[in-house]
Amino acid sequence: MKIALLTLAGLVLAPLAGGLLAGVDRKVTAWLQSRKGPPIIQPFYDLIKLFAKEKLAVNPWQVLCAWVYLMAAVFSVVLFFNQADLLLLFFVQAVGAVFLVMGALSVPSPYSQVGAQRELLQVLTYEPLLMLVFVGIYQVTGSFRISSVLDHPRPLLLELPLLYLVLTYALTIKLRKSPFDFSTSHHAHQELVRGVLTEYSGPFLGLVELAHWYETVLILGLCALFWATSVPGMAILLGATYFLELLVDNTMARMTWRWMLRYVWTVGLVLAFTNLLWLHL
Amino acid sequence: MFDALVTRARVKSPWVLHFDCGSCNGCDIETLACLTPMYDIERFGMINVGNPKHADVLLVTGTVNHRNKKVLQALYEEMPDPKVVIAIGACGLSGGVFRDAYNVVGGVDRVIPVDVYVPGCPARPEAIIDGVVAALGKLRQKAVPTAAGAGGNGRFHPRMKATGSS
Repeated sequence: MKIALLTLAGLVLAPLAGGLLAGVDRKVTAWLQSRKGPPIIQPFYDLIKLFAKEKLAVNPWQVLCAWVYLMAAVFSVVLFFNQADLLLLFFVQAVGAVFLVMGALSVPSPYSQVGAQRELLQVLTYEPLLMLVFVGIYQVTGSFRISSVLDHPRPLLLELPLLYLVLTYALTIKLRKSPFDFSTSHHAHQELVRGVLTEYSGPFLGLVELAHWYETVLILGLCALFWATSVPGMAILLGATYFLELLVDNTMARMTWRWMLRYVWTVGLVLAFTNLLWLHL
Repeated sequence: MFDALVTRARVKSPWVLHFDCGSCNGCDIETLACLTPMYDIERFGMINVGNPKHADVLLVTGTVNHRNKKVLQALYEEMPDPKVVIAIGACGLSGGVFRDAYNVVGGVDRVIPVDVYVPGCPARPEAIIDGVVAALGKLRQKAVPTAAGAGGNGRFHPRMKATGSS
């Protein structure tokens, strides 16, 4: 019964929260650019519109890939809400990320192709870091299960502050914010049109967008685990982290994948290993 | 109720594709001015997209000639239904001062169906925003959600199908 309720909460609340967050994101971004910006519920209008557009696909693969991407994102969020294993959750979301890329690779469009290659590099960049974050959580709590993180008496942030920073790098890449928004961007007119999303259109773009909301909630959920002992603490941590993301997004230029690989791996790995060694001092 | 929701969402979220058919850039500058904090069309949920496959509204500026009419036609075909087309400026409406040139086809409506005409040389940003609002009225009339979008088996892209996937 508890599992059913938690699953339902994950299925329903996650996209609602993800959509609202996307709306707040656009509003705050507009505010930072001295514009008024769209209403908070704008992402829901966009999504409904996309689902009601004509189904226009390049090939059947694309359709399958959009669905698998969504299913993987939904399943990983459901696993998260059911306090399952972090490693399982990690692998499920990785499958989804790869299917998004495969869909983009299945079409002849060069924009989509290059976007897919860059998306693969982004996945390659954040996956090891995410893994190290989970290793850090394991070192502290003695288990990969989320339930044991929730049972941990002290906030993880006190023991894993540097790994939290590493997680925010993964968050920025996953949210496709500047300086890491080169596989695709929320803003049009980048050099690759919409990169990995170029050839997804109408309802299939809607599926990808919905999956993106689920993934945003998942990664923010992982961030929330770092102050799981108190609800206000969680809210403060998430609010501060997301505002920082927006600030970085609006003040940074788009960089190249070479820069990302060099910068994120050197800084990220050094931070991660320092934190892991420090646990044993 | 479902139909009303879909119609509302469509009217609230028009994603705009801007195509310059060989304009002097006067109308293009005015079109892009709509995106600036001064006019901020994102207030109305409008986004300037660079991709016909994501667009609902096609803004065309400039004179259509025999070379770019194929591009214009292709862009129109690549947009999923429902869609509206807005011709902007004297050149987009009729060919403008270039209408007698040997290479000029004429207005945008010689190639694709146009829903709204925005006159001006160049058209003012206010007029362009007005044009988009008028186009949304057309979109509201076009909206038959079950027939055009949610239902049906969908179609594959006309050009892509011929070449096949890689």
